[in-house]
Amino acid sequence: MQAGSIWKRFRRRLRYWLNQSERQRLLWEEMEFHIESMAQDLVAQDIPEAEARAAARRKFGNMTQTSEDARVAWTTRWMSDLWHDLRYSFRGMRRDAGFTVFAILIAGLGIGASSTVFSVVNALLLRPLPFRDPVRLVWISNGNESTNTQTEHYSDLRALNGSFSDLAAFADWGVGNRELTGTGDPQRLTSVPVTGNFFAMLGVQPLIGRSFTAEECRGSYSAPPAMLLSYNFWRRQFLSDPGVVGRKLILDNHPVTVAGVLPASFDFGSIFTPGTQMDIFVPWPLTDQAKPRGNTMRIIGRLKPGVTVRAAQAEFTALGKQLDKQHPERNGIIPRLMPLAQHVSGRARPALFVLSCAVGIVMLIVCANLSNLELARLSARQKELAMRRALGAGRFRLVRQMITESVALSCCGAALGLILAVAGTRGLAHLHAFELPLLSTVQIDGSTLVFILLAAVGAGVLFGLLPALQISELSLRAGLEDAGRGSTGGKRHAWIRDALVVSEIAFACTLLVGAGLLMRSFLRVLDVNLGFQPERAAALRIDPSFRISRLAQQNSFIDDVLHRARSVPGITTAGITDVLPLRDDRMWSVSVKGQFYEKDRHPEPYIRVVTDGYFEAAGIPLRAGRVFTERDRASSEPVVVINETMARTISPGQNPVGQTITDYRRQHVLGLVVGVVADVRHASLEAASGPEMYLAMRQTGDYAAMQLVVRTALPPDSLAAGIRTALRPIDPNLPVREFVTFEDLVDRAVSPRRFLMLLLAGFAAFALALASLGIYAVISYSVNQRVQEIGIRIALGASAADLQRRIVLRTLGLAALGLALGMAGSRVLSSALGTLLYGITSGDPVTFIEVGTVLIAVAAIAGYIPAWKASRIDPMVALRSN
Amino acid sequence: MGSEKPKADLLPGTLDMLVLKLLMRGHLHGYAIAQLIQQLSDDLLRVEEGSLYPALQRLEMNGWIEGEWGLSANNRRARFYKLTPDGRKHLTEESARYRQVTGAVARIMGFA
Repeated sequence: MQAGSIWKRFRRRLRYWLNQSERQRLLWEEMEFHIESMAQDLVAQDIPEAEARAAARRKFGNMTQTSEDARVAWTTRWMSDLWHDLRYSFRGMRRDAGFTVFAILIAGLGIGASSTVFSVVNALLLRPLPFRDPVRLVWISNGNESTNTQTEHYSDLRALNGSFSDLAAFADWGVGNRELTGTGDPQRLTSVPVTGNFFAMLGVQPLIGRSFTAEECRGSYSAPPAMLLSYNFWRRQFLSDPGVVGRKLILDNHPVTVAGVLPASFDFGSIFTPGTQMDIFVPWPLTDQAKPRGNTMRIIGRLKPGVTVRAAQAEFTALGKQLDKQHPERNGIIPRLMPLAQHVSGRARPALFVLSCAVGIVMLIVCANLSNLELARLSARQKELAMRRALGAGRFRLVRQMITESVALSCCGAALGLILAVAGTRGLAHLHAFELPLLSTVQIDGSTLVFILLAAVGAGVLFGLLPALQISELSLRAGLEDAGRGSTGGKRHAWIRDALVVSEIAFACTLLVGAGLLMRSFLRVLDVNLGFQPERAAALRIDPSFRISRLAQQNSFIDDVLHRARSVPGITTAGITDVLPLRDDRMWSVSVKGQFYEKDRHPEPYIRVVTDGYFEAAGIPLRAGRVFTERDRASSEPVVVINETMARTISPGQNPVGQTITDYRRQHVLGLVVGVVADVRHASLEAASGPEMYLAMRQTGDYAAMQLVVRTALPPDSLAAGIRTALRPIDPNLPVREFVTFEDLVDRAVSPRRFLMLLLAGFAAFALALASLGIYAVISYSVNQRVQEIGIRIALGASAADLQRRIVLRTLGLAALGLALGMAGSRVLSSALGTLLYGITSGDPVTFIEVGTVLIAVAAIAGYIPAWKASRIDPMVALRSN
Repeated sequence: MGSEKPKADLLPGTLDMLVLKLLMRGHLHGYAIAQLIQQLSDDLLRVEEGSLYPALQRLEMNGWIEGEWGLSANNRRARFYKLTPDGRKHLTEESARYRQVTGAVARIMGFA
């Protein structure tokens, strides 16, 4: 039959089915006409009318039966059968409440976990970014994915390229630096300078108001004339008052016009700076000479229709070389292009892949377990099934009945899973501390619901299939006899159940290995030598609310702050820095006096501007020379402290103390190296630190923030209020809100890793529990099957210990087989963990040995319980039971 | 359904074919179809009403016949059926198949 006619038939059937009652009535009328005609024919043969009617009716037979039969043509048999099967299933579920609850519980946990993971995958990888035509957006970085580009290069690239309809950019430096006053308490806003065309290029329209005008984009960098508010900030600070648009707010002591409010769908932070919320956007005047120099721009481009990323990359590589040659005075430029979506979700990809695999394996274990339980139930129901068979139920019909039962069960599980998934995604979307892009958009949407439905039906069919196929093996006679006690019966049965248990153990093994590897990596990461001591150290942001214009003014502020902070009881030492470890970073190119460098071969240390006391407060040990003192001031000789890596870079094998560092163009001296301190892990716990250089804060004004770092004798949290009180006399408007302990910084840096590890550990524990249950069920079943045989053995003098040993050995045999398969599988799969591992290889023998030991131990316990029960079988009872 | 034997289909299948064949003559209602089968087979074949109406529903569902309401010879509302083009095609196929089968049976039985 062709597809067209099948479709036509389906439509007709549906129409008939929808008009059921009307058609029923018409059919009845048609049959009445038939009877009437028959009666009239009889009357024509001179039979009295009443008799004729009765005869006609008799002849026609059971009208209801006929109409029922006729109706089958359109209601279709399978629908009514389905209804019967469902009703039967639910009756069965009620009868076997224990099994039902257990099955719904584990199916629900499995489906809940997998749909939560799916909704994250959906938000990060499947759903398009919330911009106009997002597939044409490209992330353009410099050299490697995270390096920025100089503004001059941006302007040239924008003017010269032919691949993009437009380029736009936002600043990566100077974020979070604006102070809002005049509306309640002074507060610091996270602001992002963006190029004037940024929103237009992405296709984002302000919710109210307008975007920046060309004139606003020509203002000064430090005092922008206009700003756009993010939706969240607008809601929080101005309670969604549309009247704020057009008003002037005081930002860093300058009036700034609110040009507009951005829509809720544009969540800049969750896409470009996961973990940080952005409050306001200000125009970035590229013409202003006072704007920050160096690599500060993150560029996004919109491809012209028909241009591929590869073609654009080729053009930009050539352009980069050309610009490098034309402008030797600028920083190097090696454009690197990748689709924006890939940049945004790229870092989360390995973790999501691992999680998806993990939930997939969990679902398989759930199915294997339910299959096993269904098989056990099946042997108890053999008689019932054989009876139904004998009464005429077709084999296919029984198979369908079994599958309907299992799908009904898993759909009940899915209902529970949906509840869990809603809770899970809610929890995830509110994890602000977690640096995963687009996390706030994680939710249960239509596609997740479809996923849940598919998962439920798929799981139901999967775990119902094996038991259902077993029915075909069912022999009628054996079933109707007192089934299941034969010593040889169901050999094939046992084989399948064993195979299921082996696969459960193998799957659990892979999950345990994965979780074990991540756990050991996590411990290794925590063991890393950070270069600073996070215990009892904390930082408080203390930027003065007034403008500091001269170094002398700045230094008296610093002196005052340090003096007051150090006199707070419980504080042992205090210092000031501009960037905190594991949070902020910036990098300069420098030169060492008397050395020659090729272009782009200059040392590029990370720059930190600190005062005396910082190294002691943060716990960074001194390796050589000295650290800063109060005497390193504007009037004295400029000095710098470098870390060990920098020391190795600039003077391999020699003492770096006494060398002079200049900026890379050798125009002014940055300082004389006076000391070497330990390397600090600044970017992440996993990555080794690069070269670092500390400038004395009292000698420079080139920094973006002031963080007071204190080391305390008491828990740091208890001192926050004390420090605030102590500092208030210096500057009553001091917005001292951002208090953070160094332990929090470390904690935040490891949170994604810990989160992934905990999830995987949770899955592994669930899998282990299910596998041990599976072992227990199978061994118990085989013991029950062989009660007679065991009874005979005991009667013939087998000792309890002997029996137990035999049963436990059989268990261990299954476990060993599962373990071997699982280990082999893990060895292959664990390489997918790749970048998520730290300090160990994917074949880490310790993990594999530990997992093996745990699994064998659990299997031995799960097998010992039925073994112990078996050894207590009373031979007399066992032999009489039949 | 898998467990039903093809042999069991033969009779209803034949009835379908007979109904389609009769409808080649024009529009007929159920009673007329039953009567005609009986008359044309010289009372040899009797159609059970219990299987005629399900058969008519089935044929209509498959799109081989179409029913519409009209008035019978004695002015009563009756449902008349007519053959659709699909039904015509199906009838041709069915009669060819039936001829083959009966021919084969006849050859084996030595009737031919």
